[in-house]
Amino acid sequence: MKMNVDVAVIGGGPAGLAAAIECRKNGVENILVIERDRQLGGILNQCIHPGFGLHVFGEELTGPEYAQRYINMLSETDVKTLTDTMVLSLSPDRVIRAVNTTLGVVEIHAKAVILAMGCRERTRGMLRIPGTRPSGIYTAGTAQRLVNIEGLMPGKNTVILGSGDIGLIMARRMTLEGAKVSGVYEIMPKSGGLKRNIVQCLNDFGIPLHLSRTAVEIHGRERIEGITVASVDENLAPIKGTEEYVECDTLLLSVGLIPENELSRGAGILIDPKTKGPVCETGFETSVPGIFACGNVFKVYDLVDNVTKDSVLAGKSAAEYVKNKTA
Amino acid sequence: MQTTKVTCVICPVGCTIEVDHEKIDGKETVIEVRNNKCPRGYKYASAEVINPERVLTSTVRLVGGSAARLSVKSERPVPKTSLFDCMKEIRKTSVASPVKMGDVIIENVAGTGVNIVATHNG
Amino acid sequence: MNITQFDFAVIGAGVSGSWIAYELSKYTAKTCLIEKENDVAMGATKANSAIIHAGYDPVPGTLMAKLNVRGNELVRALHKKMDIPFRQIGSFVIALTDEDEIKIRELYERGLKNGVEGLRILTKEETLSLEPNLSPEVRGALFAETAGVCSSFEMSCAPAEVAENNGVELIRNFSVTGISRDGEYSVLVSSDGRKISARTVINAAGVHADEIAALFGDTSFKMTARRGEYSILDNSCGNLVHHVIFQPPVKYGKGILVSQTVDGNIIVGPTAENIDDKEDKATTTEGQKTAFDGARRSVPSVSERDVITSFSGIRPIGGKGDFIIGFSDADKNLFNVAGIESPGLTAGPAIGEYVVEKIAENGFVFNKNPDFDNTRKVIRFKDLSDDDKNAIIAENPLYGRVICRCETVTEGEIADSINRGAGARDMDGVKRRVRAGMGRCQGGFCGPKVMEILARELKIPMSEVTKFGGCSRMTEKEEI
Repeated sequence: MKMNVDVAVIGGGPAGLAAAIECRKNGVENILVIERDRQLGGILNQCIHPGFGLHVFGEELTGPEYAQRYINMLSETDVKTLTDTMVLSLSPDRVIRAVNTTLGVVEIHAKAVILAMGCRERTRGMLRIPGTRPSGIYTAGTAQRLVNIEGLMPGKNTVILGSGDIGLIMARRMTLEGAKVSGVYEIMPKSGGLKRNIVQCLNDFGIPLHLSRTAVEIHGRERIEGITVASVDENLAPIKGTEEYVECDTLLLSVGLIPENELSRGAGILIDPKTKGPVCETGFETSVPGIFACGNVFKVYDLVDNVTKDSVLAGKSAAEYVKNKTA
Repeated sequence: MQTTKVTCVICPVGCTIEVDHEKIDGKETVIEVRNNKCPRGYKYASAEVINPERVLTSTVRLVGGSAARLSVKSERPVPKTSLFDCMKEIRKTSVASPVKMGDVIIENVAGTGVNIVATHNG
Repeated sequence: MNITQFDFAVIGAGVSGSWIAYELSKYTAKTCLIEKENDVAMGATKANSAIIHAGYDPVPGTLMAKLNVRGNELVRALHKKMDIPFRQIGSFVIALTDEDEIKIRELYERGLKNGVEGLRILTKEETLSLEPNLSPEVRGALFAETAGVCSSFEMSCAPAEVAENNGVELIRNFSVTGISRDGEYSVLVSSDGRKISARTVINAAGVHADEIAALFGDTSFKMTARRGEYSILDNSCGNLVHHVIFQPPVKYGKGILVSQTVDGNIIVGPTAENIDDKEDKATTTEGQKTAFDGARRSVPSVSERDVITSFSGIRPIGGKGDFIIGFSDADKNLFNVAGIESPGLTAGPAIGEYVVEKIAENGFVFNKNPDFDNTRKVIRFKDLSDDDKNAIIAENPLYGRVICRCETVTEGEIADSINRGAGARDMDGVKRRVRAGMGRCQGGFCGPKVMEILARELKIPMSEVTKFGGCSRMTEKEEI
């Protein structure tokens, strides 16, 4: 099957939704949002905590509420959506191959493409923590999905490695659900998370944050049984003699996010080795003409409100591009 | 008089706000609030020294919906001390689909006078 | 209690046991394949270099040499029919020193004696033109055209599946802890009290083969566990090398290699360290360093930065310098298949053939299974043309839902991996068969979805899904 659209937006999370709505506002008529999940909203759907929308809406919303506002705005337009649809490839001439259960493989020819695929979490494998490979080790975001969407607790006695925001949020969430969170270990001398999350997610519940301390070994054959932690020197190398065994049945990793740019690479888009996102000139246009990027696929943001602001600009640029092309 | 430093949790800026407070007629009373960058911060910091409150979010079991859980929140902040009592009630709760965002799921949760409402359609 | 009686009980569903069961399923004999874990391919089979060796390494005249060369032939002959991922990319043993040059010459001679075809000594220029990322110090290489890379899991899953489809009973989570005698039969007792009996017990228990033999009073060999650590690099580095790159063999094995994997990643390893605890599959900081330092001698630009995962494997070392295959002197009901160290993966199919041959020589009369069929077809969505993709989605829409985005694995493939013969029962089982969770996000996104699919297909609650059986549960039992 073949489709022709003016603008194709890959990803129906906050970035994609804001960009699509802005494109429509700027007069683009034939817009398609492609989302891999069955519903729009992206990762916000599992971010059930408050703290979103103060800048954009002037009120404090939860993730699902923030997402719903944009889903509602989108549904008031004639922007088309394809959910439960995975993009398989993107070519430099803006041909998207996507697949779903009803249409099979769809070839979408777009005058402009907006990349809004978000990011993924760094894993244990990338940290190269030595030791066994038992169950019970999750990235914080995966744990968040299990708890908030599936209603399943990863475990009862948790240690959190890394003090990224999702890890802090999960420390509170697990505690509220009755789990023990014995501590957060951060290799850097300061936390990577927002101050307010340290206060309301850790301090509120008496969860200690250990700085310049990290996991050096994982124990447990079937289910994780504990980790060895150690202090690190200024080169982040473990200091001998500072090791301590910490018992746990769950280890959550909150050690950073990486823009999800596999499709971008496939389209030959230049990637900034520092941000791991596309190199963008003004207006969020990537090195490939007509392909724009916004949200966490462009760079990892702290705050969804800022994602929205930048995505609006990306949407505007894409609309401009389409107008100039057709004119 | 006593001065307490409060890290504001209202927005990502995370201001360190100073609050002067004092027990007047046996009641903790705010005298002055400094270093807040917005009125929300003033309100938050004042409450933090008198009766700290938090918005509570969680999920309840959803029956007959497309998802297993429905996300919920307290409509207003609840006293920090009652968070776990609220959780007890939330964990016992199960609702039947359809539910709309904003629907009241639990009235007056744990006697706080605050309702638990849906934050998602389910 | 009724105890099922078998002609053959094969203990251990690794590569050897699976191919033995496969070979036995060609006959009407009643066979079971017993595995102590929740899945096949859980021991040495799941964590090794996944190389199909050409056969120039083993000492001429050994069983190792014979079964390596024959195994290589069989893999090349069977992989298409049985849909075992295999790419005949060829291997290099590179020479970096004067001594190495002598060694590769020796290996070449050995290879000729072992009957290996397609061996050539390459000059420095030839070597570097084929592999430009090799160390500029390289002096030349022994090239073996018949070597390749495979999925080591599928080298066990495929024959186990064919065996099951042709009448072999696969019994999981059966850890043999005791035996007794019942006339001509040996009764095997599991740790949870289950019993089965068999006329002939084939001991393919890998690193635990000596413990099984000891139950029969056979103490003629002792297994040593040799741990090897590996790392897998992101497939964006897949072009670092195009062949299997070995250094000349050292005392404890074939040395540290750098190779493409069958899926287009790069594998680095293994180290070699004898350990006391046969199940200690931990990785270590020192081991990882040794592996990369070694690898950099061959390919200076290989980097830890590109690692997506690291693991350890246990190689079962029999200490006899050759495979130990044959009837036990201590008990004629016991047939040992032990010490299957490298090139055991390659030799697997040939071991199956050889075991049946030896048992037949001993007087057992094998009757052909008239219905035997070793055709096996696995849908690998990613590799299909768009037309074929559409055809398969029209047939089963689940093939249109991509679950693992790093490796483009669909729900249809995952369900199939669970429902087919000798299918997956847990997260790692799915990962090994279809690669969901094996890519750069390591299951971060697809993990919960795979749990859901496993729960649905196995008709169990999601909270009962495990990572690899036993106590490796994924979550708490009760819903929140």
